[in-house]
Amino acid sequence: MPLCLSIEGLAARRGDAPIFRDLSFRVAGAEVLVVTGANGSGKSTLLRIVAGLLRPEAGRVRITGLDEAGDAQADDPQRRREACHYLGHRNGLKAELTVLDNLAFWRALASVESRKAGLPVEAALDAVGLAALAHLPAGVLSAGQSRRAALARLLVAHRPVWLLDEPTAALDAASDAMVAALILAHVRAGGLAVAATHQPLDLPGALRLAMPARPDLLDETQEGAPDDGFWLDARHGTGGAGDRPRRDAR
Amino acid sequence: MRRLFLRDLALAFRAGGGGLTGLLFFLAVVAIVPFGIGPDLKLLARIGPSILWIGALLAALLGLDRLFQAEREDGTLDLLLMQETPLVLIVLVKCLAHWAASGLTLALSVPFLGLLLNLDAPAIGATMLTLACGTPALTLIGAGAAAVTVALPRGGLLVSVLVLPLAIPVLIFGVSATQGALEAPASFLPPFLILLALNLLFAVLGPLAAAAALRSLED
Repeated sequence: MPLCLSIEGLAARRGDAPIFRDLSFRVAGAEVLVVTGANGSGKSTLLRIVAGLLRPEAGRVRITGLDEAGDAQADDPQRRREACHYLGHRNGLKAELTVLDNLAFWRALASVESRKAGLPVEAALDAVGLAALAHLPAGVLSAGQSRRAALARLLVAHRPVWLLDEPTAALDAASDAMVAALILAHVRAGGLAVAATHQPLDLPGALRLAMPARPDLLDETQEGAPDDGFWLDARHGTGGAGDRPRRDAR
Repeated sequence: MRRLFLRDLALAFRAGGGGLTGLLFFLAVVAIVPFGIGPDLKLLARIGPSILWIGALLAALLGLDRLFQAEREDGTLDLLLMQETPLVLIVLVKCLAHWAASGLTLALSVPFLGLLLNLDAPAIGATMLTLACGTPALTLIGAGAAAVTVALPRGGLLVSVLVLPLAIPVLIFGVSATQGALEAPASFLPPFLILLALNLLFAVLGPLAAAAALRSLED
């Protein structure tokens, strides 16, 4: 069974304010989903829920097809946490340690299988163009260099699902292209990526999901079944209410 | 895991780490006591082990609030929560590294600080031993409190307030074991064994509580 991330009837709220609800979509392996939307529309919340770091208010998130063992525990958040690489707003780098030490630490902490499928630290740094800075403390890197070092963390241990929150924040145009290339390489190898971004990433064939703006959501009073809601199916490309997801023209 | 231990140990002694801050605070507390008590050498020698214990207890509390807060601020905590390694084990290893940087260095500094309190060699030895065996419990209790207060901007004082009630048994049995080793009528072994038992108890409860608190963290 191929890798598949499916979300059904997902709802989240922050405090008393609902962020989104009735969100449903499905992304299969070898596909990229680019999530766009206004500030506060819930892009980061969505990624954190998929990563198993936040509990949704309602709905379910399933990642199926991870291994041969079957999908009996596809709902388990711990399983999601172990299947996903999460790149958040903060880079997860220790300013006092060198870039090399930072990455070597995450590589050492990863499981043996994911380490085997990942790149050695030097190769990962080479892939993000930081090989020359490997022995500098992470604290002296510029914002864009730190972001690239954080991206290198995704390469040192392999995980099938990448969840990228503004991966190109603070990056220059050349690095944007590098990020797009890294995502495409991951996806071509059978992986799955969800990226929340404002920048137009050059990702041919990427699926698009526009988060509905919150006022619309608040006006809405009718609860629909998951299938009637905000729905995107990677394989059939069917759109539902709200902004219609579409395939990239390129 | 060994890597996590070494990393945390290295961070504790780098700029901004808590390792040396605690040691300096310990030195400050112990150094001012003789000035407050007055030049009564007998009295100093008698209350010296207790002063060292109280100073070490307060010094051990000092860096505890940073145990998870520093990780949360740079986004590392999210990633630690997403590891294949059980979170309880990660917390336990972080506690061990924190103890090695705080409690163990405090215990190792006792031979020097004991001189300020007119302690003789047996008293220094007994205090070192009980401090080395008692401070792990302080760190393990503190891990739970640090995890509960990780999202609070000024959680340091709250950590101390949460830890102190649970740390009092450790202090009582630590000091009574030290005195038992030095004064003939009191016995050393029973309070010392209870001290070790407290370590074992909090080695289970502390990481479990901390992991549960970190898991329920939603921001």
